[in-house]
Amino acid sequence: MPIKYFAGVDVGSLSTDFVIIDDNATIQAQIIQATGVNGSLSAEQSRQEALNSLSLKEADLLGIIATGYGRAQVGFATGKTTEISCHALGAHHLFPKTRTVIDIGGQDSKVIRIDEQGSMLDFSMNDKCAAGTGRFLEVMAQRLELGITELGAPERILGDAAQISSTCTVFAESEVISLMARDTPRDAIVHGLQKSIVNRIISMLMGVGIEEEITLSGGVALNRGLVELLSDKLGKPVNIPDLPQTVGALGAALLARRHHHRAE
Amino acid sequence: MSLAGNLKYLFMKDLGTPALLGLQNIKKRSSRPPDQSFGPALKSNQRLKAILSKHYLLARYTPGAKKVAWVTSGAPVELLRAFDIYTIYPENHSALVGAKKLGAAYCSIAEGAGFSQDLCSYARIDLGHLFSGKTPAGKLPKPDLLFCSNNICQTVLYWYKVIAHELSIPLIHFDTPFVAQEQTEHDIQYMAQQLQDMIPVLEQITGKAFNLKSFETILKRSQTSSQTWGKILESMKSRPAPMTIFDAFGHLAPIVSLRGLPVAEHYYDVLLKEVLTRVDQGVGAISDERYRLIWDNIAVWYQVRHLATFFARRKMNFVTATYTNAWAETTGYLDVKDPWTSMAKTYGQIILNNNLKHRQQLMQRMIQDFDVDGMVMHSTRSCKPYSIGQYDLRKILSTELAIPAVIIDADIADERIWSGEQIQTRLEAFCESVEDRSYAH
Repeated sequence: MPIKYFAGVDVGSLSTDFVIIDDNATIQAQIIQATGVNGSLSAEQSRQEALNSLSLKEADLLGIIATGYGRAQVGFATGKTTEISCHALGAHHLFPKTRTVIDIGGQDSKVIRIDEQGSMLDFSMNDKCAAGTGRFLEVMAQRLELGITELGAPERILGDAAQISSTCTVFAESEVISLMARDTPRDAIVHGLQKSIVNRIISMLMGVGIEEEITLSGGVALNRGLVELLSDKLGKPVNIPDLPQTVGALGAALLARRHHHRAE
Repeated sequence: MSLAGNLKYLFMKDLGTPALLGLQNIKKRSSRPPDQSFGPALKSNQRLKAILSKHYLLARYTPGAKKVAWVTSGAPVELLRAFDIYTIYPENHSALVGAKKLGAAYCSIAEGAGFSQDLCSYARIDLGHLFSGKTPAGKLPKPDLLFCSNNICQTVLYWYKVIAHELSIPLIHFDTPFVAQEQTEHDIQYMAQQLQDMIPVLEQITGKAFNLKSFETILKRSQTSSQTWGKILESMKSRPAPMTIFDAFGHLAPIVSLRGLPVAEHYYDVLLKEVLTRVDQGVGAISDERYRLIWDNIAVWYQVRHLATFFARRKMNFVTATYTNAWAETTGYLDVKDPWTSMAKTYGQIILNNNLKHRQQLMQRMIQDFDVDGMVMHSTRSCKPYSIGQYDLRKILSTELAIPAVIIDADIADERIWSGEQIQTRLEAFCESVEDRSYAH
């Protein structure tokens, strides 16, 4: 019998991620690429790249679920689901004991409480503003003339932290500008920014409830300084997937597999 | 009041406005194709539209015939009706402006006059109307007096004070102590006394003597209409529900703004008959009702159609809401034999003047009685008394009753506050949660 393949595509505001799994839910291909200005085009490109890597044809994928902000633009998808449900499923698959998922994406951050099946019980999202999101960090890194990986280096959070109080990306940037004008050390500003994000995550966590294992997904999970601060504040380690950007696409692929089996 | 003014008003009431509205109806025909997700539209929609149009149109002919009052939604209007005062509800008018997506334009006028964007959008729209004379209702009469009650919020008092100052007209305020635990005897006496003290003031303004008999008739009518409204809402316990809460947001208008008048009483008798017939025949408001939801807080007026369609397409129907229930909840206390204390109980205990424990218990009952699968809470920038406590209520209710819940951050009438993309994701995730749970069961 031929191997069955399922896929998930997560068209986010910053990156488009494509994951192919087989019928045992084992990951066969993972593609991460910048979304750019055309979500449907980047979805198409990521699909081709993923198929090519496994020498598969379009028809070999028995189901494709699209997720992320650009989900509506993915014409080839067999279904569409929010990134909230998909991150919950993906994180649960990678870390089955997870009951709380933190997804920090490009435009928003979410805390999702899940049950033992990976189904969403409750979730909380940032309100009205993008502070504490991937885009927030990009803006700040640019202002501080740091690469996004450099910004996340753990050694930057060893010293003092500057006070960043604003909850708005634009106003926080103004604060950073005035701190730089006062010759505040760059690492102190980075430390302050990281702390402000962690505090926002913690308050969302408190709203939803902290339970058992916590998994962090989304590109911001690669920010090691932030992860360290978050674990310190929670008093326990946080699960970090190898490729945190693709957790949503993985969840979408798992859902495509589930839909296929339900239909059978 | 002049004889000519009176004659003109009476002519317009009985012959003029029905003729004018009839002409308008010939001109306008709905061109929107019906969405397959909905069941047949309520026949009463046309009647409702005619009643409200007539009310606004006739208002233009009040000068020289009737005194006009601007009134808040929670004020004991029965007292004004006893003096035959024509009433306009700014909140209702602001909702109309909001529904026509004109809220931001009217709000900007008030903001230009120095009012903060943080002020309630109903108030900003009303002030925008006051300063510019603009209204989608053609033309509204200037008030001769203002009547407000802080049982819905404190803002109304300051908002109406601005109007009173601008127009140099009297403002009557009905002060309702907040029910932190239970209404006390002192609270009730305090409110009952205020109501009686208003009589000589209203006699002076209108030049008419108070007639207890006609007041009792009005009070009785008000109670009957409100109880009929309650039965209409109860009909939504049926599966499928004969109407959606989005329909009810519209059909609420007469109980708010025409309460105590024969037209409202008659209207609800007709509507009740229609929904009960639909229940008997198994006709639902949406074509395939799989899930049942509860709505908390005032409507998002400029998104009612969008939200109704979004949920109907997902086979979800809102079958109950704290908002629509507010005009049915406490009228059981009314008693014509004891009008003053019974009005104090009725108007003093409405949901927004009552504590959070009360709201929790009320919502818990509604969720159970209406067999609800999920809860959508609208946290509105404009109405803090309604929005405060929602995070706690959500946590308690969703945990104790094990139903999914979502809070959307928006506004009642200022469409600039709507973040479409973010709200869409939240609502879709909420729907996935409702569907997922029902699949698991």
